[in-house]
Amino acid sequence: MNFFVKKVATATAILLSSTIISHAAQTDITIGMQLEPPNLDPTGGAAGAIDQVVYANIFEGLTRYQADGSIAPALAKSWNISDDGLSYTFHLHEGVKFHDGSSMDAEDVKFSLDRARAEDSTNAQKALFAGIASVDVIDATTVKITLSSPNGGFITNMAWGDAVIVAPESIGNAATNPIGTGPFVFSNWVQGDRIEISRNDNYWGNPVALDSATFKFISDPTAAFAAMMAGDLDAFPGYPAPETLPQFAADPRFTVIGGNTEGETILSTNNKDEHFSKLKVRKALAHAINRQEIIDGAMFGYGKPIGTHFAPHHPDYIDLTGNSNYDPELSKKLLSEAGYPNGFETTLKLPPPSYARRGGEIIAAQLRAVGIKAEISNLEWADWLKQVFKGKDYGLTIVSHTEPMDIGIYARPTYYFQYDNPDFQQLMTDLTAESDPSSRSAMLKKAQRIISEDYVNGYLFQLARTSVINSKIKGMWENSPTQATDLTGVSWTD
Amino acid sequence: MLQFALTRFISLSLSLIAASVVIFAVIEIIPGDPASFMLGINAQPDTIAALREQLGLNGSLLSRYVNWVSGMLVGDFGISYTYKVPVSELILARVWISLPLAVYALAISTLIAFPVGLIAAAKRGKTIDITIMGTTQLGIAIPNFWFAMILVLIFAINLRWFSAGGFPGWEEGFLLSIKSLTLPAIALALPQASILARIMRSSILDTLDQDYVRTARAKGLSQRQAIWRHALKNALIPVLTIIGMQFSFLMAGAIIIENVFFLPGLGRLIFQGITQRDLIVVESVVMLLVFAVIIVTFIVDLTYAAVDPRLRKR
Repeated sequence: MNFFVKKVATATAILLSSTIISHAAQTDITIGMQLEPPNLDPTGGAAGAIDQVVYANIFEGLTRYQADGSIAPALAKSWNISDDGLSYTFHLHEGVKFHDGSSMDAEDVKFSLDRARAEDSTNAQKALFAGIASVDVIDATTVKITLSSPNGGFITNMAWGDAVIVAPESIGNAATNPIGTGPFVFSNWVQGDRIEISRNDNYWGNPVALDSATFKFISDPTAAFAAMMAGDLDAFPGYPAPETLPQFAADPRFTVIGGNTEGETILSTNNKDEHFSKLKVRKALAHAINRQEIIDGAMFGYGKPIGTHFAPHHPDYIDLTGNSNYDPELSKKLLSEAGYPNGFETTLKLPPPSYARRGGEIIAAQLRAVGIKAEISNLEWADWLKQVFKGKDYGLTIVSHTEPMDIGIYARPTYYFQYDNPDFQQLMTDLTAESDPSSRSAMLKKAQRIISEDYVNGYLFQLARTSVINSKIKGMWENSPTQATDLTGVSWTD
Repeated sequence: MLQFALTRFISLSLSLIAASVVIFAVIEIIPGDPASFMLGINAQPDTIAALREQLGLNGSLLSRYVNWVSGMLVGDFGISYTYKVPVSELILARVWISLPLAVYALAISTLIAFPVGLIAAAKRGKTIDITIMGTTQLGIAIPNFWFAMILVLIFAINLRWFSAGGFPGWEEGFLLSIKSLTLPAIALALPQASILARIMRSSILDTLDQDYVRTARAKGLSQRQAIWRHALKNALIPVLTIIGMQFSFLMAGAIIIENVFFLPGLGRLIFQGITQRDLIVVESVVMLLVFAVIIVTFIVDLTYAAVDPRLRKR
């Protein structure tokens, strides 16, 4: 009994003292996340939640994304590209150590890239590595990558979370014990509740301001609101309850940030469907949609209208929303020209995110106004992948394509919206081989025009990422050029 | 007694086998492939095939069923597809939240229901009885997740006495952990206490009409003494049955409350497992819960038999 009393007394004392310390100078942060990562190996799964914990914090690649979406050197301090654009020689930083103390060198780079492109690889973005012909170690800090054909996007590809450098000795356990080179080391995972990381004192680069960070998993939007309001969380990037944002905006304790993402939210259309294979029908569909009504009604005003599959914050973006302005009369006219004076019936299969479910209701109503009767069915992700994505058994669906610079998916005729245009496919092949920036820019603009004028999909809006953070925190990413919660520049103001 | 226990044991085993077949079949019917789910919409078909091979999803139905069951018999529940850790580890971690939460909620509900039920029975038809019956009616009618949100609003957001949810872990301190389970336990306990109090009341009233209570009153005991010495013990049997049922319900059925308070319990584990198509986790957790319920029923059956000799002769 005495023992028990002592234990409780000690626990209480520790509790009190830790509270006092944290008031003096806060160097820890608690971040809310809606989805828990299934595991912590960014090279073995597509779950965005993995990168939201490990990207830039635990694992690093040769290059990396910065807050504004530009690409910066990371483990590679510099690189040379041969004149034919086929070989890339990366010069690595010296003295870089993995968290287990072993050193990171050119052998690890070779291992990581070879592993990602191997036949039995389970890398979710294996296409990033498809153009690599060989990886050769020149010396401990120099590695030469030879491509089978020039690829203007190769440096960007190497910045993806799926292309991080890992060690052969530790990658096998990365799912539960990730060992990278980053400024934070993994310290604890209470499955279902939280992941804790702490500062890596042997980091090769600039040391970070935070001592530790906790990612806490709260899937329920109402619970997320409560946890933020109660002060349990310091920040919630990608805050899931937009209807409560005005309350945070009015509260001086919090700052609300509305940032961009790479998520083009589109009304994906089955281009091989009996109705939607006709260009006039797809055009009619585009003119039947009132984007602002969807943004206001489904996204509480957050989100920027798009007229093509390209992120508006990208320098090569062109505003093509005029191609598909809201014009229900024109839409009806086009439908009757296409042979549907009384409209037709189709399916609208919606995955779980709120943009799809809420947006779907509004779109179905807008389509009904021009005579298209879309029958809504709500699917779970796994079921959506099976029916829509793999089975292509759908008329319409709504989904946000969150991968950066993914206009290339329109060159895949077997992709789920089944757009098959040889001109576009040729353009993408040419783009990959082109490395001159101004020609690339012109080609990207042409690509945007082609898919916009072909009305491949209904282009709705660029998904916004609203975050609620404690007003005393600075250095959080506003935009989300890739899925990440980069804590390297985050600190408390007092 | 031995023969009774033996027949019960055989029926228990048959139930378990039947349950395992049904669970396996149902999970197999759910559409969606775990490998495509994990790899997302940019994955290439050969990558998905490689992962399916790695997860062992390519075997025949029968061989996968046999592997699953034979693994469980030796305590091996398999490896979670998504978490990549043994399912038994996941379950063990979750049980240490769900079990204490269930016990805590049950303790609160019993502590409230017993005296309240007793008072209501003793004061049958009086104002206090009517008030209690009205309140418990309300307690049953209020959805527990709504009540949970109100608790969070008052005690976490406004008063800041509790955090809005989450669980620090037992290693962070006993009191801290108990504190974080308090609001969820209260939210779970309210409807249970209301049901239990009503059953307590009607059960006592039933026994009060029995001959032996009338005899007790006739030999000079007061109403209170009669309840205390004779009616209560006999009234407890149906109450205990309900408590047993409530306990299984609390273990498995706290999914919504676990979501409101973001507690990583068994309910959340099943929920996550289903949405992420982590089939092995779903199968194993559901099987474990079935096992727990069947075992509890088995023990209750044996206890009845020990207490009530008439049951043994069947």
